Amino acid sequence: MDRPVYSEAGSAKGFSLLPAPPAHLPLAEGSKSSHGLVSLFSSWRRGSFQRGVHPAPHKGTLDQPIKRMPFPRKLVLPLAQHIGKPSVPLVGVGEEVARGQLIARCDGAVSAPIHAPADGVIEAITPRPNTRGAWTDAIVLRVYEASTQEVRCNLPQDVDSMDPAQLITAIQQIGMVGLGGAAFPSHAKLNAPADKQVHTLIVNGCECEPYLTCDYKLMREWPQELMAGIRIAMRASGTARAIIGVEDNKLDAIKIIRPHLPSDGSITLQAVATKYPQGAEKMLIKSLLGLDVPNGGLPSQLGLVVHNVGTLALLGRLLPQGQGLIERVVTLAGPGIKKPGDYWIPFGTTLRSILDWAGDPDCKEREVILGGPMMGSAASTLDIPVSKGTSGILVFDKRMLEPITKQSWACIHCSECVNACPMGLNPSQLGMLSAKLAFDEMAEHYHLGDCFECGCCSYVCPSHIPLVQQFRAAKAFLRERKPL
Amino acid sequence: MSMQLRASPHLHSGRDVPTIMRHVVYALLPVCAFSIWQYGLSSLALIVTVTLSCLAAERISNKMSGTVNTLSDWSATITGVLLALTLPPAFPLWMGAVAGFAAVWLGKSLFGGLGHNPFNPALVGRAFVQAAFPTAITTWAPAFTPQRFVEFIPSSLTLPLMQPNDITTWVSANMVDGFTGATPLARWKFEHFVYPVEDMITGAASASTGETSALLLLVCGLYLIARKFMDWRIPVAVVGSALLLALAFRLFGGDEYPPAHLVLLSGGLMLGALFMATDMATSPVSPRAIWAYGAIIGTVTILIRYFGGLTEGVMYAILFGNALAPLLDKYLQPKVFGARK
Repeated sequence: MDRPVYSEAGSAKGFSLLPAPPAHLPLAEGSKSSHGLVSLFSSWRRGSFQRGVHPAPHKGTLDQPIKRMPFPRKLVLPLAQHIGKPSVPLVGVGEEVARGQLIARCDGAVSAPIHAPADGVIEAITPRPNTRGAWTDAIVLRVYEASTQEVRCNLPQDVDSMDPAQLITAIQQIGMVGLGGAAFPSHAKLNAPADKQVHTLIVNGCECEPYLTCDYKLMREWPQELMAGIRIAMRASGTARAIIGVEDNKLDAIKIIRPHLPSDGSITLQAVATKYPQGAEKMLIKSLLGLDVPNGGLPSQLGLVVHNVGTLALLGRLLPQGQGLIERVVTLAGPGIKKPGDYWIPFGTTLRSILDWAGDPDCKEREVILGGPMMGSAASTLDIPVSKGTSGILVFDKRMLEPITKQSWACIHCSECVNACPMGLNPSQLGMLSAKLAFDEMAEHYHLGDCFECGCCSYVCPSHIPLVQQFRAAKAFLRERKPL
Repeated sequence: MSMQLRASPHLHSGRDVPTIMRHVVYALLPVCAFSIWQYGLSSLALIVTVTLSCLAAERISNKMSGTVNTLSDWSATITGVLLALTLPPAFPLWMGAVAGFAAVWLGKSLFGGLGHNPFNPALVGRAFVQAAFPTAITTWAPAFTPQRFVEFIPSSLTLPLMQPNDITTWVSANMVDGFTGATPLARWKFEHFVYPVEDMITGAASASTGETSALLLLVCGLYLIARKFMDWRIPVAVVGSALLLALAFRLFGGDEYPPAHLVLLSGGLMLGALFMATDMATSPVSPRAIWAYGAIIGTVTILIRYFGGLTEGVMYAILFGNALAPLLDKYLQPKVFGARK
């Protein structure tokens, strides 16, 4: 550890040059360090990774609190909102359900249950578009107009008396999944295999995607719940320490969390460079600990497990109350949104009802993006519902779409993509190979498999070549061709 | 209301190919202005002729191949301006036009246009006329003649397909003191004459149209580097390796070899390192390959100058580097994150 680590006492462990509070963070007015040189030096020491890009943040509604939007009249709950096996419905058509009631159970170890986000009646269990736009089985819930925000179906439990195995089960029972976007069931990630001893929990508070502010606001509004969630996750996974990594543009959040850090130093907070994709787990681990997750490997090989701040804040809130995960904070932003901000939105709320309420009706040609603008996907229909993995809904207008799609040029070998790729790949070469359909060569000689589709290469490409999309196509081809 | 669908990322840095190319042209404008100030009408006419011929060649190949109009990407303009700057100021205009067509057609269109060309088109054009018109390309004219803004250097206006008009009477008529018609490198090679540094910076030395002021070239290159339109590693590697070799030869070889400043400031090393070797389409993309590419160009330049028959060397060194670029990229790939040792 050679980077500034902030604990409650504000001491910098193993880095004596740093005064407390940390010099390179212009925190409260008047608390600025007068040591110009130290400040310069320490900002250079600030954790980072190689390459990456700096898109404009567009984080517009930082000063507003998280708000609620009214319940829509209908909720569509896909049975597969998470990675793993879809849930199995426990209710029948015509059955009345209460907000918080378990309506679909998990199926196996890597799966999560679903709870009713509002009082209402089950209208149908039928295929409906899921977040990717594919038609899969979903529970359609007609919401009672008098449905309250109060959750009545929950069973408070004493979290402190549970052992790790019980915690893992309890976390699965509330349907917790990774809220950063991947929606991988949280209990499965915390339940590390016995042969891989994990020792450190990395809490990902980077939120490096432009526009998105949901994690930032949860950190600001729910620091106690976040701490509770971190402690639960530490006990469930058997980790002795936790490090919260926050990008250094979120000073408010850092300032608010710091007083809640325990004095024993088991949970620390570290500011990392504001750079995309800082929130990718490999990049964050590099920035915090200077370690490279081996190529093709997982953080658990280094004894690490990474969770998103939003996931842990909700875990800390919901688990003691024994309440299911029924809603999440979603960022609404972009030129096509009239009421931008962060909202608690119940799962199953369709894009149509959100845009009817918050969208700009004058925005004709629009692109609706689920998630952040760098890695999120465009919605093909407004019937797509918000699900557990939806962190943002962005509406871009024609003005923002045209510059990218209007014209493209041949690769001019400018090397901007090579200088941007956080994984150290050669996107230029990969792009040329994919144009020749040389997918095998891409995988064998140019490390196609290491690309996690962060989008840096396409973002910088002056020839406007859709590099990431070409790599997705190549990977899909190789996956499907693989002999059974 | 229509739903637009695009693959992520949905944002873009906003930079495109024409913007990059346009800024390279901007950066070359001061160099052009300086050469016009030095050589007057002949230089102006040469730059205009060569650029127009490159644009015409590009447009004709667009028409013939049925592709979109690519004049708007500015790359043919760069080729034209750069090519003009590498030619001697007294170069007959018709030969300049031939060079322009050769550059675009042989150097670029033949391979499929911008991005597909293995060699720097401007240098292909220059290599073509070097072989075709060996006398004209080594005939140097004096700078700052009194009548330069009202009359052409006689050889500029040579009739097409004719041998260049003789300029010796014009040179003596203009009574330029001390003008020998040889470049600093040639004078070293044949007479061991060390050109004064100030002459090589202010443009008084005989040289190609755009290579006379190393200082101005450096300033223009720095503009492109500051705006991130140019990879700083390439000029650093080229000039660095050339300088190191020149110093080493001078140190261990003695007075037989030219002083380092002569190597640095003369013979288009700056022009080549900053504006030719950095041509994106023909240089490598991986970090280690970029350094190797620059070092190879610098080294080969010195080897050609010291041990070859030519007094110049930058052009062939860069073409050699261009040829190696794909190989360098293949064998010096970037280090993958988390690569196992």
